[in-house]
Parts: sequence; C-alpha cells; structure tokens
Amino acid sequence: MTFWAFQVLNGVSFGMLLFLLAAGLSLIYGVMRILNLAHGSYYVLGAYVALSVVRATESLLLAAAAGTAVVTAVGIFMERVLLRRLPRGEELPQALLTFGILLIVGDVSLWIWGGTPQTLPRPEILSQSVRLGPIVFPSYRLFVIGAGLAAGIGLWALQERTRLGAMVRAAIDDAEIARATGIDVSRLSTAVFALGAALAALGGIIGGPLLGVYPGADFEILLLAFVVVIIGGLGSLKGAFVGALLVGLLDNFGKALFPEFALFTIFAPMALILAVRPTGLFGARP
Amino acid sequence: MTRLGAAAGVVALSLLPLALTSYQLGLLTKMLIFGVFAMSLNLILGYAGLPSLGHAAYFGVGAYTVGLLAVKVVDHFWLDAAAGLLAAALTAALFGLLALRAHGSYLLMITLALSQVLWGIAFGWRWLTGGDDGLPGVPRPAAGLPFSLADGLRFYYLVLVVFALTAAALHVVVRSPFGRALVGIRENERRMEVLGYDTWLYKYVAFVLAGVVAGLAGVLFVYYNGFVSPVYLSIVFSATALIMVILGGAGTLLGPALGSAVIVFLENVISAHTERWLLVLGLIYVALTLFAPEGLLGLVARWTGRRAS
Repeated sequence: MTFWAFQVLNGVSFGMLLFLLAAGLSLIYGVMRILNLAHGSYYVLGAYVALSVVRATESLLLAAAAGTAVVTAVGIFMERVLLRRLPRGEELPQALLTFGILLIVGDVSLWIWGGTPQTLPRPEILSQSVRLGPIVFPSYRLFVIGAGLAAGIGLWALQERTRLGAMVRAAIDDAEIARATGIDVSRLSTAVFALGAALAALGGIIGGPLLGVYPGADFEILLLAFVVVIIGGLGSLKGAFVGALLVGLLDNFGKALFPEFALFTIFAPMALILAVRPTGLFGARP
Repeated sequence: MTRLGAAAGVVALSLLPLALTSYQLGLLTKMLIFGVFAMSLNLILGYAGLPSLGHAAYFGVGAYTVGLLAVKVVDHFWLDAAAGLLAAALTAALFGLLALRAHGSYLLMITLALSQVLWGIAFGWRWLTGGDDGLPGVPRPAAGLPFSLADGLRFYYLVLVVFALTAAALHVVVRSPFGRALVGIRENERRMEVLGYDTWLYKYVAFVLAGVVAGLAGVLFVYYNGFVSPVYLSIVFSATALIMVILGGAGTLLGPALGSAVIVFLENVISAHTERWLLVLGLIYVALTLFAPEGLLGLVARWTGRRAS
C-alpha cells in the first residue's frame, strides 16, 4: 500500500513537472507551428541561474524570479530576433535552429556551471513531511503537484475565460484568419513564446531540488516532453496535461518495477497510441 | 560530363593517399564513411522531403551489431557485415511503420523518440553493450577476406570502393522512375496520390533503403574506429547528419558528402584547440539556417549568379 501510494505520488509530481514543459511546447507549436527543441535548454538554464542566485543571495524567491526572467528574455530573443527570419511553414529550418540553441546553451552551461550534478535547495517550510492517514509524504512533492495543478488551472482559465485566450485559440485554429480579423498574431506569438519559456524555466527551478540539474538533463527532459505531446497531441492543453500525467506515472512505475526496461514502459504505449491516432489523443490535424 | 567528373573524382581520391600522412588518411576515411551516412539521410530528406531526427538509429544498429558479433560471437567479415545490414534494415522497417503515419513536426519528434529507445538500450544494458563506456576492441576485418584490412591504406580503399558504389547506386535510384516519384511526393504528395501512386509505399521503401545505407556506414565505421558507444545513436549524431546534408545541399547527390567532409574537418581542427566544439557546432546550425539555408553549394551559386547579373 505504502509502496503504491509513494509511486503514484512520485509519478504525479514528475508528471506535473513535465506538464510545465509540455504545455509551453504545445502552445508554441499551436500558435506558431514551431517545434522548439530549445525547450530543454529553458529548463536547465532556469535551474542553473536560480542556483547561482540562491548561492549569492540565499533567497529562493529571488532565485526563482531571476531564473524565470533570464529564460523568458532568452525566449523572447529567440522568437523576435532569430525565428522570425526563417521561412514560415517549414519545420526543418526551425528544428535545426532551435537544436543549435540547445547545443549552445548546453555547452555554455557546462562551461559556466561545470559537469557535476547539482541540486537546488528546497525551501525550509517544505523540507518537512506530511502525514496523510497512515502514510507520510514529503511535503515538497505535494508542493510540486500543487504548483503543476495551479499552472494547469491558470492556463486553462487564461485560454478559455479571457480575451487573450480567445485570441490564442483563434490563432491555434487558423493564424491567417485570426490575423485577418485584426488579432495582432505577431505580438501574440511573442507573448506565447515568452510564456512557454517561463513555464519551462519554472519547471527547472521547481524540479531542481528533486531531480537536480546536470549536463544532458536538457536532452532527457526534452525527450520526455516530446513523448507527452506525441501522446497528448500538439497544440492541446488538455492533451499536454493528460499526456504528462500518463508519462510521469509510466516513467515512475517503469523505473520502480522493471528498471532494465524503463524506456519501454513509456515508448510502448506511445507506439500504440501513434498506431491508432498519429496526431495524439487530443491533437489537431497538422 | 557527370561520368567524367565522377571518374575524375574517383581517380583523385585513389591517388590522394600518396600525399597524406597516415593520420590524414584516417581523417579522409572518416569523411567518406560519414559521407555515406549523410547520403543515406539525403535520400529521404533531400529527395522524398522526409526529415528525420533519428537517423543515427540505423547507423548505430549496424555498428553495434557488427561490434557485438565480432567481439562476442564470431569475427567473420561477410557474416558480421551482412548481419549488421540486416539489423539496420529490420530496424528501419519497424520504425518506418510507426513514423511514416506522421508528417512534418510529428515525424521529427517520432523519429527522435524511436531512436532514443535504442540509445536507451545501448546506454542501459551494460552487460551487453558496455553502457556509457561503449564497446571496445572491435578488430579490423580479416577473417573471411583474402587479406587483412588492418592496414590503414587497404581499409581506406575498401571504404572508397563502398563509397563510390553507394554514390553510383543512389545516382541510379534518384534518376529512376522511383526516384522521380519521390521528388513528386516531396513537391506535392496529394497530387501524386491522385495520379494513382501509392505514396506511402514509395516513402516506406525509401525510408528502409536509407536505413540500410546508414547501416552500411555504421558497419564501416565500427571497423574503422574499433569502438562504438551510445554517442553514435544519440540525437546529437542524428542532428549532425542533418547538418551535413543541409550544409552540402539537400537533394544534390554529392553535396551531403561534401558537408560531411567539412564537418569532420572542422570538428578535428576545432577540437584540437578548444573543448568547446559543441558550442561551435551550435553556432554553425544557427548561422547556416539563418544565412545559407540552401547550403554551401547554394551559397556559391547565389554569389556567382549575383556577379553574372
């Protein structure tokens, strides 16, 4: 009983971290049809910047703010200065450019922060455990789940209940028509890119105390976020949420039950879903 | 004209070793092997318009199959090489079934995810593959051949023959009705369907063929290197193949081989001076996509065209 409860908790909390990445990846694709391979960079860069700031100032809040701000700036730079120069509707140049950024950020991070895995400290209040019935849970994991849920609800409310969200939905449906109805798709794209980058950075900062940050973490998390959006479907917030929960749980149970075959517990369901629905559970036709 | 050029190229590459040190000869061998790899990706990317972020899978499967057989089972050139090609073909046949249902960005993600499964196996199954440390001690082919290829010069000629034959075979393929149909699919798949082509089957055959040729490059490489590690199944290696193709010019027969030569050369020179090769490689990706999307040959054509006009 305790074993299962723990595995479910770990799986769901990891799923919420993946959701923070996959939501941005999915929104960016939805509005701009850009597959952003540099999304993994945002995750590690957020964590590394936060690490440096927390070492200098001992303030986690300041560190989280700085990490998010730096990464958001990188995202805006990429969208406004680099990606706009590429031809629209061609996925390969975008993939190569964002992959180049992934390599650059990875190597510069290795240069600055070195090759040893490092962990962010967790806040004092959240270092305790919480007793829920017969089981004792680490409170930080509950916090991660809460943060993921809050982000999910916030994004849902933003998309379904606000004017900005209506514009985003219109742009996801058809960017040309949205532009014709007077929506400033250009500024909207920048905003969505910035939001996606900020969410990924938050994922790295919140995940930092659990998973640590190290060279190669960018590729690992990017790959899992890809599996999430392959399963859930690009451009769909609901898909990102369901996919993230599924991958988080599968990854965790896979590692706990069949460590040798951990990757298959993620990829076998992915292959199955692809065989039935090539655009994922909730994805629109590309 | 093309035939004359090809003949001149082969003669030049045959005579080049006379002027090279053994180290430079090794580098040239590597360029040709990666050239075969890049040409294989070009078949699906340049001609059929199918981007893949997982092409290292077939290279790696070919290399690991030969490496494992030669080290642990039997060291026999023809047997091991054939098994390597077969394994690459089967992998491509399986991955193609899953991946080719998708288009565009989904295709990129799925090919990447599938190749990462193999990377995970090579990385995780230490008892079989040596994990992160890789699989060392693969001997140069000797058994099954009339003479040993341990000597660098003889091995170079083997690679040169394979390279030339591959280029010739791909030349025939892309000029055949099959190759023309691939280009048609790249330009307008819907129209080809309306014309009665089974476009899925064309893409699938091209995908498997590209996998086999990539496997061939992997087989040559493991003999060349004597060692294979998960790096050769990784996304970075897959993306390097992409950049070689784009750098030389996608959809041109020998452009990708040129791209491979440039990248191998740059990696060698830059790694000798700094540890920041990946940073430089990243900058190459960014600069190339922004400033020379049609590759080096396209850039040259643009300059000379400008001068002419």
